[in-house]
Parts: sequence; C-alpha cells; structure tokens
Amino acid sequence: MAMAVEPRKPPPQFLFKLRRALGGKAGWGGLALQVLFVAALAWISYEIVSNARGNLETQRIASGFGFMSHTAGFGVSQSLIPYSETDTYTRVFFVGLLNTLLVAAVGIFFATIIGFIVALGRLSPNWLVSRISGGYVELVRNQPLLFQILFWYLAVLSTLPNPRQSVSIFGSFFLNNRGLVVPRPVGHEGLIPFAIAVVVAIVGCLLLRSYSRHALFQNGRRIVIWPYVLGLLIGLPLIATLVFGVPVTFEMPVLKGFNFSGGSRVIPEFVALTLALSTYTAAFIAEVVRAGILSVHKGQMEAGASLGLSRGSTLRLIVVPQAMRVILPPLTNQYLNLTKNSSLAVGIGYPDLFSVFAGTTLSQTGQAIEIIAITMGVYLLISLVTSAIMSFYGWRIGRSMGA
Amino acid sequence: MKRVLAVTFALAAGLSLQSAVAQDAAKGKTTLETVKARGMLSCGVSQGLPGFSAPDDKGNWTGIDVDVCRAIAATIFNDPTKVKFVPLSAKDRFIALQSGEIDVLSRNTTWTLSRDTSLGANFTGVTYYDGQGFLVKKSLKVNSALELNSASVCVQTGTTTEQNLADYFKSNKMKYEVIAFSSADETVKAYESGRCDVFTSDVSQLYAERLKLANPADHVVLPEVISKEPLGPMVRHGDDQWFDLVKWTLFAMMDAEEFGITQKNVEEMAKTADKPELKRVLGTDGNFGEQLGVTKDWVVRIVKAVGNYGESFDRNVGAGSKLGIARGLNKLWNKGGIQYAPPIR
Ligand SMILES: N[C@@H](CCC(=O)N[C@@H](CS)C(=O)NCC(=O)O)C(=O)O
Repeated sequence: MAMAVEPRKPPPQFLFKLRRALGGKAGWGGLALQVLFVAALAWISYEIVSNARGNLETQRIASGFGFMSHTAGFGVSQSLIPYSETDTYTRVFFVGLLNTLLVAAVGIFFATIIGFIVALGRLSPNWLVSRISGGYVELVRNQPLLFQILFWYLAVLSTLPNPRQSVSIFGSFFLNNRGLVVPRPVGHEGLIPFAIAVVVAIVGCLLLRSYSRHALFQNGRRIVIWPYVLGLLIGLPLIATLVFGVPVTFEMPVLKGFNFSGGSRVIPEFVALTLALSTYTAAFIAEVVRAGILSVHKGQMEAGASLGLSRGSTLRLIVVPQAMRVILPPLTNQYLNLTKNSSLAVGIGYPDLFSVFAGTTLSQTGQAIEIIAITMGVYLLISLVTSAIMSFYGWRIGRSMGA
Repeated sequence: MKRVLAVTFALAAGLSLQSAVAQDAAKGKTTLETVKARGMLSCGVSQGLPGFSAPDDKGNWTGIDVDVCRAIAATIFNDPTKVKFVPLSAKDRFIALQSGEIDVLSRNTTWTLSRDTSLGANFTGVTYYDGQGFLVKKSLKVNSALELNSASVCVQTGTTTEQNLADYFKSNKMKYEVIAFSSADETVKAYESGRCDVFTSDVSQLYAERLKLANPADHVVLPEVISKEPLGPMVRHGDDQWFDLVKWTLFAMMDAEEFGITQKNVEEMAKTADKPELKRVLGTDGNFGEQLGVTKDWVVRIVKAVGNYGESFDRNVGAGSKLGIARGLNKLWNKGGIQYAPPIR
C-alpha cells in the first residue's frame, strides 16, 4: 500500500515573520497587548489635553499660541540677533534660544579641553600634577553648580572696577564690572573678496597637504610644503586687500556717560555662567576620560614605548583613539548635562531661553502650558541633535578602527 | 528651584486635573468651604519686602499685604494667625494662584488690564497706590531720571517694572542696558555690587529695599515717578463669593478708618454704637457679614486683628515704621487722598 507521505507544509513564512515582528516572542498575544497599550496611551493623552483645555476655559485663562506674535515690551541684555522691546515674543524666543546655544557651545568647548587636560594630568606619573588634577576634580564636582555660578558672578567678577576705573589693555580692551569691552570689527567693501581669498588659501593648503602625504606614504617622497602654505595664507589675503581695499576697521570703545559706547561687550553674566559650567562639567569629563584611558590595555602603552614613541605621542596616537569608544557615550551625557544646566542662568540674570521665555514671557502672558511645552520641546530637540552628532562621531571612530 | 517646581506644578495642574481647584469645583466646593475645611488660609506673599510682606526675626510675617491676609483669616476663623504664607517671586506668583496653591495673592501686585483678564484671576481692590521710580548711588551725582542715558539698570523679572522701564527709555530716546533677575535679593545684590547704575521698582519698594543696603544713606530715589502702580490682592476667576469676601475685607479696613474705629476702641464701640451706619458696620444691626458668608461681627474681628487701614499703613510703611513713607495718595478720600471704600449697607 502506498502511503503517500505528504511533506508537511511549512507554515506561511510571511505571516510568521509578521507575527514575530509585531508581537515578539509572545506572538499574536503580544501584538494585542501592544495595540492595547498604544490605545490606552492615546486615550490618556487625549484626556489630558481636553481636560486641560476645559479647565483653562472654565478658569478663563488665555490659551493658544496667538501670544507669540504680540509685542514683548521688555529689554534683553544680550542678543545675537537684532532685538528691541518692540519685537514679538517669537523673537524673544529666538534671542533666548541663541543665547542658550551660545553658552552651551562655548561651555562644551572649554569643558572638553579642560576635562582632557585634567584627566591626562591625573594619570601623569608626576606626583604633583596628578595630585593637583585630583584635587581639582574633587573640589569642583562636589560643590553645587548654582553655588559655583554665584561664586564666579558675585565673588569674582563683581570685584572688577567700575567702568570709569576700567582695567585697560593696550587702550583698546577694557575690563570692568560691566564686562569686557573690545573693539568692534566693522566690515567694508573689501571684506567679501578678503574672505574669499582666505577660504581659497585654506582649501589650497589642505590640497597641498593631502598631496604631500600621498607622496610620502605612496612613493616615500618627502615634499616640504610649509613655504607654499605660508605664501598662500598671507599672500592671497594681502593681494585681495591691496586690490579691493581694507576689509575691516575697528570701532574703538569710548567711555561716555555711565558706560562705554562703541565696541562690543562680553557681559559678565555670560562669562560667569560659561566659566562655572565649563569648569564644573570638566571635572566630570576628566573622570570619564580617565576611565576611558584606563580601560585600554596597558600593553598598548608599553607597545608604544617599545616603538620609541614618547608618552604623549603614545597617548595621542594609540591610547586615546581606542579610549574614545568608551569615552564617547558618557561624554555625550556630560554635554547634555551642561546644556540643560545652562538654564541656571536665571540666577544671575543671563538671558537664556529658560530665563527670557519660560520666565519673563511666561509671567507676562500667563500661558504656562504652551510655553513650558515649547521650552521642553526645544531642550529635547537640542539634546537629541547633540546625541545624534555624537553618535555619528562614534560611528566614524568605530569604522576607522575597523570594529 | 522653588520657581521651577512651581512652574512644573502649574503645568501638571493645568494638564491633569487643575489639582485642588478643579477637584473642589467638581465636588461643588467653594473656596470659602475649602479654606474652612483646611483650617488655614493660604496666602501668596513676597519673598521678603519690608513693609509689605516680610518675616521678622521670629519668623512672623508682617506688612500691609500680610495684614490683608490676616484680616481675611480673622473674618473666617476669628484668628489672624490661621494663615499659611507662601513666599513667591514676581515671576511665579500668578501660577501659584492659578494652580490653587494659594487662595489669595497679596503680593504688591500691580493691577493691569491683561493681568485682570488673561490670567484667570481678578483684582479685588487697591491696597496701596504706588508708582515706579529709580534708585541710584549718590556718588553718581544724578538728579533726574532723564540723565540716565546709557545706564545699566537692574530690575526684577516678571514685573510691570520691567516693561515700564523699556517704555520710559524708549519714549525719552535714551539707551540703556537691562539686567533682569528673578528675585529681589539677586537684583539688589547686583545693584550693590556695581553691576548696575540704577535699581528700579515701585517707589515704596525702593524705600524698602534701600533699608537692606549696607549704607542706605549713600543712595537716593530720583524724583521721577514714571508709572501708575495700583497694588492689590488677587483671587481666581469663578468664585464670586470668595471674590466678594476678599474685596470687602479691604473695604472694611478703610470704612473702619473713616468711622474712627480703631484696634483700641473697637470692642467698646461695638457695645455702645448707636448711630445706624456705625451699627451696620459693627454688625449690631443687619446681617452684612452673613451676606459675605462669614459672621455678623466680621468688621470687629478684622479691626481687632490688624486695626483699620490707616493703622495698618502707619505700622507697616508709614510714620510708625522704618520706611516712614508719607500717606500721599493713600490717604482716605475725605482727607485728600484717593482711597475710597463703598458703604457697608
Ligand atoms: N508692582 C510690580 C512689581 C512687583 C515686584 O515684584 N517688585 C519687586 C521689587 S524689588 C519685589 O517686590 N520683589 C520682592 C520679592 O521678589 O520678594 C508688579 O506687580 O509687577
């Protein structure tokens, strides 16, 4: 008797995959659970929004985003874009946002540099250097940040003399309790050709460099490029200036009435905040970097030494690049912390986003919900963009090390 | 940090259930019932402004704004100490009111149209007619606010002061630099350290803050008064009974002054009053207190607790205080001022 042995049909692949993708190990049950979860979440959000709306209406609190086009009517001490009190709250928002980004960018820059220096110092075989670096970390990271901001602002910067008794540096820079006044560059017709000349010179130098490296690595030929580089960098802009006229002149600050007029000024609030944020965050970054470097096997250090490389070169060329993979994620955290901590600006009157928008604008319009929502969204966005940049950097490091 | 908490709190309140406010409203509870059930009035005040609301060295709050709160508590509990004072910065005060953290805001707050309409709250009257002025160091030798071109000015954020300042310098075509701080202490410290040439706020507050400076005599208030700042208490929209009670508490203090009812003679007068209008005020005739939701002797309770308006003024900001501010506009209407309370009848 011929029993037809029918091969068992494989389960339909497509459905199986779908089930797996949507429901995970739990299968369709898992999927149902997820759908339910999302539905519940949507329902809760809907309830919250409609509830808030209803409540605002019954209490007759203004709502909506119409206020963004109303006149702000208050002044701001530092603004990277032209701003006057007759501008709108939208403009105030951008003024604040740019001020926040400025502090964050400058703070991150200095925090990273100080952090790396302190970390290397801590690992240094020199007893004194490593103790001082260690002391720095312990002192700075164990004091509240707000306290440090106030310290720089009230105890250090405010001891500077008043404008009439400014500390003058070469008669053109003035340091006083209103900040640092510097000559202000004013662009002229020659500026654009000058800028183009500089860019062309830089590009030319980079091309030269890669050409000479190629010659060195591929053909073993050593080409001396520095005279050409110098010629390009000085010559091109010089020619541009001679042909098209002076690119910039400087407007000198002069004491007039209470303050200096003319020139540009770096306000002490900015300096205090940036100083505090970068020195504070640097202490944490130093620990992150130290941990990263220690995570690289010490054989790497020895290998570098046996190649005859100096300690500095070994660190720079061999150890730090490998440590970067470990350093990067916690370093990103520190960058995000610094950015968010910049909202402590409000304590010393630096006009950051939190202070002028979630502070002054909020209290003038009373529209807490809209403004807090916007502000939260913006901080979230800044953080996500920072993380994205750092991940990209991490990906590049990973790729270049073939990992 | 308090500020951040308050904002978050307000947000949470707004988003979810408007906390206490909505819940109580949903249960049909009035503010008065809520206060009674709690056994305490929750009153928003400044973070320490001598004369208006400031804690003394024993932690007791005093000031003319504080007296308004104590007077309200007296009408409800016959006990002016049944008040919880919530210190608020200029920036956070409205949020605290909106979210239900406080029942009444009595914190040198200027009555303006937008605050009266868009914040979900109402002003109940004017405790003190004020105006904005400028404080400068004597050593600057400035005699008028019009000489302040290019000055750096310290101001507290979230105030009408900040906006008036911008208006004033703009309309007089003067340049200025404004540094805005979130608390009075920070503002004054920055002014004292020389970061600013000028400190600006309501004139009464200039006098109050000047007391806190190391050398008050080295500083002068310039003669210009650049704005109208009628300061008064605020309550939330939507509870008219509570609005009436707060409004009439202040009126009662003024009416008491008008009738010569003082902390000293009030009990005596309540017993012997025979003029009809006096009997109505003192509650021996009619049921005016009951119409407000409290007891007939409400005015007696108020005056016993804090005195009449004039007494409170003198004790806190006037001749009998360290501030020594003249009554000026704040005299009663029949003494040359503009303080005027509707009749109790
Ligand atoms: N009346 C103005 C200003 C009120 C105000 O906050 N003034 C400051 C002047 S220094 C103050 O009283 N601060 C005390 C504090 O924040 O505790 C308004 O309502 O906006």
